[in-house]
Amino acid sequence: MKKDPKDQLSNYEYQFIGKPVPRHDAWDKVFGRTKYADDFDMPGMLFGKVLRSSYPAAKILSIDTSGAEKMPGVAAVLTAKDVPNNETVTRFGQTHQVGGFEGLYRVLADKKVRFMGEAVALVAAETEEIAEEALARIKVEYEQLPGVFDPLEAMNPDAYQVGEGDSNIICNYQVRKGDVKEGFSRSHVVVENTYRVPFVEHAFLEPESGIAWIDDSEIITIRVSTQVIEHFRDVADVLGIPHNKVRVIAPMVGGGFGSKEDITVETFLALLTWKTGKPVKMTWTREGSIISSSKRHPYVMKYKTGATRDGKLMAMEAQLISDAGAHVYLSPWVLLYSTVDATGPYDIPNVKVDSYTVLTNNTFTSANRGFGAPQVCFAYESQMDELARRLSLSPLEIRKRNYLRKGDALATGRVLEYGVETEKTAIKALEALGEPSMPSSPTEKIGQGLASGMMSYGRMTFLHDTSRSYVGIELDGSVTVRCGVQDIGGGQASSLASIAAEILGVPMEEIKVFIGDTALTPIAGTTTATRMLYMSGNATLKAATEVKKSLLPKAAEMLEASPEDLVFRDKKVFVRGAPARAIPLADVVKACAADGVQLYNVAQFNAPFRELIDFKTGQGQVFPDFTFGSHAVEVAVDTETGKVRVLKLVACYDVGQAINPLSAEGQIEGGALYGLGYALTEEVILDKGITLTPSFSEYLVPTSVDAPHVKTIMLESRDGAGPFGAKGIGEPSCNSIAPAVANAVANAIGARILDLPLTPEKILRSLQKL
Amino acid sequence: MNKRKVTFTVNGERHELVVEPNELLLNVLREKLGLTGTKYACGKGQCGACTVLVNGESFLSCLTLAVAVDGAEIRTIEGVAEPDGTLDPIQEAFLDSSAIQCGFCTPGMVLMGRELLNRNPRATEEEIREQIKGNLCRCTGYFSIVRAIKSCCEK
Repeated sequence: MKKDPKDQLSNYEYQFIGKPVPRHDAWDKVFGRTKYADDFDMPGMLFGKVLRSSYPAAKILSIDTSGAEKMPGVAAVLTAKDVPNNETVTRFGQTHQVGGFEGLYRVLADKKVRFMGEAVALVAAETEEIAEEALARIKVEYEQLPGVFDPLEAMNPDAYQVGEGDSNIICNYQVRKGDVKEGFSRSHVVVENTYRVPFVEHAFLEPESGIAWIDDSEIITIRVSTQVIEHFRDVADVLGIPHNKVRVIAPMVGGGFGSKEDITVETFLALLTWKTGKPVKMTWTREGSIISSSKRHPYVMKYKTGATRDGKLMAMEAQLISDAGAHVYLSPWVLLYSTVDATGPYDIPNVKVDSYTVLTNNTFTSANRGFGAPQVCFAYESQMDELARRLSLSPLEIRKRNYLRKGDALATGRVLEYGVETEKTAIKALEALGEPSMPSSPTEKIGQGLASGMMSYGRMTFLHDTSRSYVGIELDGSVTVRCGVQDIGGGQASSLASIAAEILGVPMEEIKVFIGDTALTPIAGTTTATRMLYMSGNATLKAATEVKKSLLPKAAEMLEASPEDLVFRDKKVFVRGAPARAIPLADVVKACAADGVQLYNVAQFNAPFRELIDFKTGQGQVFPDFTFGSHAVEVAVDTETGKVRVLKLVACYDVGQAINPLSAEGQIEGGALYGLGYALTEEVILDKGITLTPSFSEYLVPTSVDAPHVKTIMLESRDGAGPFGAKGIGEPSCNSIAPAVANAVANAIGARILDLPLTPEKILRSLQKL
Repeated sequence: MNKRKVTFTVNGERHELVVEPNELLLNVLREKLGLTGTKYACGKGQCGACTVLVNGESFLSCLTLAVAVDGAEIRTIEGVAEPDGTLDPIQEAFLDSSAIQCGFCTPGMVLMGRELLNRNPRATEEEIREQIKGNLCRCTGYFSIVRAIKSCCEK
């Protein structure tokens, strides 16, 4: 049974929740004192480097490391044969075995390379220069193989086999609801289009980095920039040592966006330190990062959508094909997100979705902010506008006639139990966008566009997701939170401080949050899937509430009042309605300590568990809840140059309850620009597996002069599954921008572009000027 | 290669160092002086995370040889606040505007803001955006950073 979050604290106003305050981690960051992964050295440390494959598809005939090994200053040169368990199976997410689609994790290429940039050998040396030189002296003899680079081609039974299996198709899902034939026959208009979206680079500013060392009790500690400290298990499995002999520490992370969800440097560092006995540090170059780290999946999406004369959706048929690149990683789950989200936030009586993810010899693809949601959002929202155009309805009107509402079911049968405010977000976004601007030149055309989106927060419900948090109160009334979160910049740690502060009535600056250490903080799961506030926020809320409960009897006794009447605020406990009857919180704690009362609690929060959905019908529950919202944009398109300028951008999302509105707004603003890059400039270009965009000169992340004025409207339904009714916002915030821009461009020029990004070339081509 | 002696001040403190002729200022600051607030992020001058002020002017320390700044006065993020820890107004503004998320671009952004305010205390939003256009931020969308710098400008 779902509890009503509004009841929890309805008897007095929040002190900290919902208040705009600087995050507790901001001070160190503004002083330049935060020690990120690369900012930490150890005496006598070595430098690790990776030799990457020279071809996207090739047989490794031989590797000769003798030249490198002979070099003075080289401590270790490792290839696949030196790795105790070079091949392990990752089970998509750390803790639980889920069956099906187990992804092979291969530390170093063995016999065959599958993509350009795959790791082939490792070196540890006394200086970076020596390590670099040693890489050059490793001789690898390759025999080039043809490879396959187009996922549609790779699906053919006689295609080149990327892996060792007998098909490049990793998996296929189906959603079946009603009868699409019947639905289309009852439709007045049917729109059919094929959409394409590109590879995307995460482009966090902090490259992959870490340092590892072995202590005298033979524990390998890895201090690493990661979204998942729980990879300590995978590292231990690779080395063939017990899990409790590997410790992972995550310092503040300089951006993740999904690419630090998979293992990056961890196993390399562990192997090198294990072989040499010395601390080893490794930081990838930007180029190394771009060519070898995961990317967002490109998709080819065939959509057919039908609606009645008055705009009611009758049927949708979609075929989704994603390019998984050279290794499985998280591709099956990214595809599952796309499959469930394929209909968007709309109620459609007849649905047929077929989705596939396919291996190729391109750079591997895995988690990227949105995890499969932004791709389909671009397609279904483009379709909505095309239907609106054909039916002479406004984009808002057609959506209003089809939005899902609370209590409605998705095509997968999942009933939406929490707040669904999509319509309100669309209306507010459009209102704020206002009247179209006037063109600034005769060749300029102005257009406005709207798009709505939905994306889940919290991991898939068959994973039995859990988080744990420790809250303890000290004798002076200060509070300690220990929670194994990875803080990737979204305020993950700070929000826990807000929650503990609220419950215990202790100022934020007297709350210390210890994060991200598998040896010292309770395991809290991954900073992925927009789950951290939902999961660890709830765990921290639970633990803090328990601590408060354990203090209450003593406080009641001291104040001669009943426990229900007590208020914890400003480090005092007082009787409601009589603030003069107050005692310092510290006195209560001391009195409790003298009585042996437990002054801490470790709470575990369990997400709801559901069986895995039926892969042939898609029926079942995959996610705990969704975040809904809309973007409205206004563009000016220069019809001579094809250049698009975004003049106005409004983002309206329902965050449930903002724990810290500054942080939540920051997510919405940042998500907007992340999505704008997807819409207009960002594309990792691969030519037969070779990355043509290996730096920020070719891969174009939006800059301050590309960023338009953004208006953020935050709705707070207080009807989410997170603490205080919060929903997750980190990933959903980037979801609906690209289709909003595409819809605005179509509105401006009267032609629809089906491929992202919307480059000047594509625009001129659609205007038949190229 | 022949090592060279260089002398410069960093955040008001004088340093005499022996460096390689090809040694980058970024590495000297981070590795020899332990000033890790200056960040490596691209190594090619494409992102601005390594920005420092040299004689008051912004420099990309990943493209600057240490020998090229012999005799100069260098300011890094660690030297923006007063020695007693009092924040510079630009730092206050970054805190108040919540212009910090992951924090990796923050040192460069703060220094670019400082440079602009020294030169042009009445900068417009357009001038601010122009000033920081070489500094990438992937988290904030720049909005809060522009707001922060703007709040320090005289009206």
